[in-house]
Amino acid sequence: MNLLNLFVIALRSLNKNKIRSLLTMLGIIIGVASVISMLAIGQGSRDSIESQISGLGSNVIMVFPGATFRGGVATAAGSAQSLEMDDLEAIRASCPSVKYISPVARSNGQIIAGSNNWNSSIRGVFNEYLDIRNVEVESGSRFSETDEKRASKVCIIGQTVAENLFDEYTDPVGEKIRINKIPFTVIGLLKEKGQGGMGEDQDDIIYAPFSTVQRRMRGDRQNISQIFISAVSEEKIKLASEEIDELLRKRKNISKYEDPPFNIRTQTEIVEMFTSTSNTMMVLLAGIASISLIVGGIGIMNIMLVSVTERTREIGLRMAVGARGKDILRQFLLEAILLSLLGGLIGAAFGILSSRLFVTIMDWPVTVSSYSVVLAFSFAFIIGVFFGWYPAGKAARLIPMDALRFE
Amino acid sequence: MKEQDQERKKIISVSNLSKIYDMGAVKVHALRGIDMDIKEGEFTAIMGHSGSGKSTLLNILGCLDVPTEGKYYLDDADVSHLNKNQLARMRNRKIGFVFQTYNLLPRTSALENVELPMLYNPEIRRKERKDRAMNSLELVGLTDWSGHFPNQLSGGQQQRVAIARALVNDPVIMLADEPTGNLDTRTSFEVMKIFQELNEKGITIALVTHEADISKFAARNILFRDGRISKVTIIKNIKDAREELEKLPPEDEEMEEEKINKLI
Ligand SMILES: Nc1ncnc2c1ncn2[C@@H]1O[C@H](COP(=O)(O)OP(=O)(O)O)[C@@H](O)[C@H]1O
Ligand SMILES: [Mg+2]
Repeated sequence: MNLLNLFVIALRSLNKNKIRSLLTMLGIIIGVASVISMLAIGQGSRDSIESQISGLGSNVIMVFPGATFRGGVATAAGSAQSLEMDDLEAIRASCPSVKYISPVARSNGQIIAGSNNWNSSIRGVFNEYLDIRNVEVESGSRFSETDEKRASKVCIIGQTVAENLFDEYTDPVGEKIRINKIPFTVIGLLKEKGQGGMGEDQDDIIYAPFSTVQRRMRGDRQNISQIFISAVSEEKIKLASEEIDELLRKRKNISKYEDPPFNIRTQTEIVEMFTSTSNTMMVLLAGIASISLIVGGIGIMNIMLVSVTERTREIGLRMAVGARGKDILRQFLLEAILLSLLGGLIGAAFGILSSRLFVTIMDWPVTVSSYSVVLAFSFAFIIGVFFGWYPAGKAARLIPMDALRFE
Repeated sequence: MKEQDQERKKIISVSNLSKIYDMGAVKVHALRGIDMDIKEGEFTAIMGHSGSGKSTLLNILGCLDVPTEGKYYLDDADVSHLNKNQLARMRNRKIGFVFQTYNLLPRTSALENVELPMLYNPEIRRKERKDRAMNSLELVGLTDWSGHFPNQLSGGQQQRVAIARALVNDPVIMLADEPTGNLDTRTSFEVMKIFQELNEKGITIALVTHEADISKFAARNILFRDGRISKVTIIKNIKDAREELEKLPPEDEEMEEEKINKLI
């Protein structure tokens, strides 16, 4: 029997039991839909993390004090474990692969301008920091050397901060604002950066000289909680991080074999770390989703077995008029494959649709990749073949006379 | 007639055919050494009580089953030791089988039911398949019913569709196991009329029946008893189904039913 005829027969038989076919497909539909949307969520969060990390700047290396790196917070204790200005200057002086270097002091607080107020985060940085992070000033100026030396009360503000503190007719540059009651002069306005990879507002930020934030706002003169460095080129990132490691170990008397009281992270390392965790997550989610595909496959096998039993006389008759076991096998196998492929098709539609819903309703970063659709689809096909084979084989092995006499 | 018989080709030739059903504890000897020939153009009726082995023989002749022992030649080919696929091919190309219970595919039109055997013959293309199925339906007088589903047809009509299906692959022999067993007298005679017409066209037919008056429509009667042939009779006054039908009192109710069916 040719494929077209088999196809027609299989479609008809599914059509005769519409509700049953649909219910049987449900497992596959749910399975495929969840595999696709799980992979989409995984892929989406991975993409967003990647773009966020790449948004860190160019060829970035970060140094944190403390022995362990826990979710971005470094734990520091004791002077041997701390990073100080001397360390920073030493790196600048003797690491040839380092291009820019800047400490970071973080704070946040209430900002008041006239009758408007706003809450934002404040970062104390060197002028070079803006180069490391590729931050551009739209109007006004950057920090001068004297600003850093004298801990001047000047700041550069992001677009969101400007919008919330000043009306559209006021040029923020030159205006006075108060950050935690300390008066500052706005010397620059940052170019708009928009949303970050996780949906956060990158324009809701205030930069001030490092010494200003460190001394006036944090009341700390010694410890640096984070150093941002950029390597001279992408190829030199690893070399730079090795130079820094060697230098800091020497300065702190730590041998090669001991755990250092500081942490050096390069941008590439961070990307790798996040992608590997998100890969694990993705595999886990897709694995759970594929269980429902297998359950769906068992559903197909179950219904196909029922169908074979119900249609034993039909099988007997087909054999009596000349169908070979092979013909019967093909007929039922095609029916099972059609069931799971149809389920796969509907499931793929649902999967893509629900991924879109995640994007629009929950604002999640979701990416439907074509490979996930192909993967889920071929998985559905394999399940159809695998779980259809046994019932179809059972039908094919029937003896015509017994099948005809079956009641 | 007799001299002609000698020249005719043997369509079926069995010798020392036996069939034992092994039921574990008991062995049922359904056939105990059958020798018989069926020649081209013959119309044979196989008679006998229930359980005498008629169906067993017909199933073996129809390649639906294999003998335990003995030789079976169908159209000059030894089919006693064919494998499953070869038997399927034989059933498809050489045999037309008619069952007592019609065995039509439900929710499938009469035409498509008749087309079914040709679906398993890759040599027949779509167009030819339709034409041959229509011709076959015409031979049994059901041209107007080709689009009807089995549940829209009377028992007699369903059996005629089954006969059309058996004819469609141009078999060397038509085998019918109690084809009138589920039908009333009038419809039985109508079915027998079709068999007689087909036989007149030269088609070889062997049918199984336990009703004596049905067997009288065939030229030769073979009587079975306990898995053996006990008697072979050549019928001198073969009944003519057309005449017999005319002799039946007109059955108005049935006529009405036919009319109503046609309206549907
Ligand atoms: N599939 C089978 N399994 C076991 N015994 C069977 C089977 N088919 C037929 N028989 C036995 O074989 C004998 C002949 O049966 P059958 O050929 O059907 O007789 P008939 O058609 O003349 O009524 C009976 O005794 C019956 O019980
Ligand atoms: Mg019988």
